[in-house]
Amino acid sequence: MSAVLQAEGVSFAVGKSALLDRVDLRLMPGEMVAIVGPNGAGKSTLLRTLSADLQPSRGTIKLGGRAITGYTPSHLALRRAMLSQHVSVSFPFTVEEVVRMGRGSQSKAGAQALVDAAIDEVDLHDFRSRELPTLSGGEQQRAHLARVLVQLACGEAAHGPGVLLLDEPTSSLDLQHQIALVEIARRRARQGTAVIAVLHDLNLAVRFADRIVVLKHGRVHMEGTPLATITGGMLRDVFGIDVPVQHTLDGDPFVLPQLMRQPVHHD
Amino acid sequence: MTIAVIEDRPNIRKRRRPAWLVLGGLVTALLLMVLFAATVGAAGIPFARLPAALGLVAADAGPGTTARDQLILWSIRLPRIAVAAMIGGLLGASGAIMQGLFRNPLADPALVGVASGGALAAAGAIIFSDSRYASHLQLLQPCLLPLAAFLGSLATTVVLYRIASRGGRTSVAIFLLAGIAIAAMANAGTGLLVFIADDRQLRDITFWLLGSLSGATWSKALTLAPVVVLAGAAMVYLHCGLDVLILGESEAFHAGVDVERLKRICIVLISAMTGAAVSVCGVVGFIGIVVPHLLRLAIGPGHRLLLPASIGLGAILLVGADTLARSIVAPAEMPIGILTAAIGAPVFLLILLRQRGLVGL
Repeated sequence: MSAVLQAEGVSFAVGKSALLDRVDLRLMPGEMVAIVGPNGAGKSTLLRTLSADLQPSRGTIKLGGRAITGYTPSHLALRRAMLSQHVSVSFPFTVEEVVRMGRGSQSKAGAQALVDAAIDEVDLHDFRSRELPTLSGGEQQRAHLARVLVQLACGEAAHGPGVLLLDEPTSSLDLQHQIALVEIARRRARQGTAVIAVLHDLNLAVRFADRIVVLKHGRVHMEGTPLATITGGMLRDVFGIDVPVQHTLDGDPFVLPQLMRQPVHHD
Repeated sequence: MTIAVIEDRPNIRKRRRPAWLVLGGLVTALLLMVLFAATVGAAGIPFARLPAALGLVAADAGPGTTARDQLILWSIRLPRIAVAAMIGGLLGASGAIMQGLFRNPLADPALVGVASGGALAAAGAIIFSDSRYASHLQLLQPCLLPLAAFLGSLATTVVLYRIASRGGRTSVAIFLLAGIAIAAMANAGTGLLVFIADDRQLRDITFWLLGSLSGATWSKALTLAPVVVLAGAAMVYLHCGLDVLILGESEAFHAGVDVERLKRICIVLISAMTGAAVSVCGVVGFIGIVVPHLLRLAIGPGHRLLLPASIGLGAILLVGADTLARSIVAPAEMPIGILTAAIGAPVFLLILLRQRGLVGL
C-alpha cells in the first residue's frame, strides 16, 4: 500500500533558524498518527507544510503520489482538510453559515445534508443559529471542526478517502468532547481517511493514535506505537522531565507527573 | 441543601430578513429618495409638476414653467442624482469589499490612502492647469482633473500593493499600515499645494477636497456606469471567496480559496471603484464604513447579499446627503464631504467602541 501523504527530507527555515530539519514522514490510508513534542519543536510548522500552507525550504511533500505544489487550492481542498489551532471570526456569522463554508464549490442545497450531519456530530445542534463570536472557545472549536468535516466529506464524495489534519484540536475542549473528537477521527479512519493530529496531551495521543511521531528541535526524534514511544527515556530526552510511565490494565502507557499530585493545604 | 439552578445561556438568535425583502426594500427606498431629490433644490419643482417636467403627462402649469422645470430637471438635477447614486453605490460596495478583505469592520478605501492619492493628483492638476505649460495640453483640459484623480488613486494602490506583497503573498497588516503612511504623505503633498495655491485655486482645491457633486453631468454619469457594472459583475464571482476569507488567509487556503488571486482582484477592484468616485466628486468619506456596518446588523455578514445591498444603501445615503447639501444653505451649497463626515464619523466611533474587544484594538 502506498502512502497517501508523504514528506521527504522536509526542512523549513526562517532566517537562520531551522524550524524543521530533514523530516521524513509517511501517512497511510486509514492510519491515525499523533505528532507530539515540547513547545517550539516544530509540530504546527510540520502540519502547515503537510497542508501546503507553508512551502518547505528543502524537500518535497507528496499527496496521492504527486507533488503537493502541483495542485490548485480548490483541488487540494478536495483531498485534504485541515483544522487550524486558532481561527478567529470577526464578523457575526452563525454556526451554520461557518460550517457551510466547508462546502467549497458544492451547491448550498447539495451540501445541506452534510452540514446537518456535521453539526449533529460535534453536538452543536442547539447552537446552529447562534453567532460564532458569542460562543465559548470550545464551542467555536467544534464549529470549525464541523466545517472541516463538511469539507472532508465533500472531497471524499468526489475523490475517495482523503487526509484530515488537526492542529491541537482538543486545546479548548472539555473531556466529553475530547473523547467525542477521538471517536469522530476514528470513524473517519475506519472509512479509509488518513488522520494526523498535533496533540499536547500525551495520554490523549496514546488513546488517539496508531503511531506517534515525537518531534524535537524540528527533527523526528522517534516514531512508533504508543507503547514504544511513550517511555521514561523519551520523556527525559525530549521533555526534560523525570517521570515514570505507568500502564493501564490493557497495557496502554500513561503519564501522571507526581509533582502535580502534591496535596494542596487548606487553611 | 438547596441546589441552585443555573440557567442556560440565553439562546440569542439573530433575526435576519429574507433577501427579497431587503433588496426590494432598498430599491423602493432608492426610488422614493430619487423622486424626493428631484423635487428639492434651489429652484423647487413641486411634486405635482414632476410628471409634466419628466414628460410623462401634458403640461398644465403653463408652457413657460414646464420648460423651465424640464431644463432644470434634465440638465442639472437628474444627472446629479444619477452621479450621486452611482458614486454612493461604489463607495458603499468598495467599503464592503475592503472590510471583507481585511477582516475588519473599520477598513475603508479612504483609510489606506487610495482617496488621498487621488486627491493629491487632482490638487496638482488644478495648480498645473493654471500654469503656462498647460496651454500645450489644451485638448486634455476638460478631463485633466478627473484623469489625474483616477491615476493618482491607481498609482497609490499599485505602490501600496508593491510594498505590502512579497513573494506572491500580501500582508494585510503591512498593507493597512503602509496605507496610513502613504495617506499621510499624500496629505502633506496636498497641504504643500494648498500653501502655494493662489486664492482662486485654493477655493477650487478646497471645495473639491471636501467633496462636491455640483459638477455632475450626463457624460460623467456615463463614465461611471461601466465601473458600476464591472463592480456588480465582480460581486457574483467574489462573494463566496470573501465569506471564507473571513476565517483568515490560511484557513481560506485550506478550504480551497485561491487567496492570492482573490486579494489581487479585490485590490484592483477597490482602487478602480474609489478612483472613479474620487475623480468625479472628490473625497467623500465614511459612506464605505457606515453602509456595510448598518447592513450587517440587518442582514448578517454574508457577502452574497451584503455586496449588492451595499450598492443600494450607499446610493440612497449619498443621494439623500447630496439633497441635504444643496438645500440646507440654498442657493449656496455645502460640500457633501462635510455632511458625510459629520454623520459618518460618530458612527465610526460607535463601531470602534462596540468592536474594540472583537478586533483586538
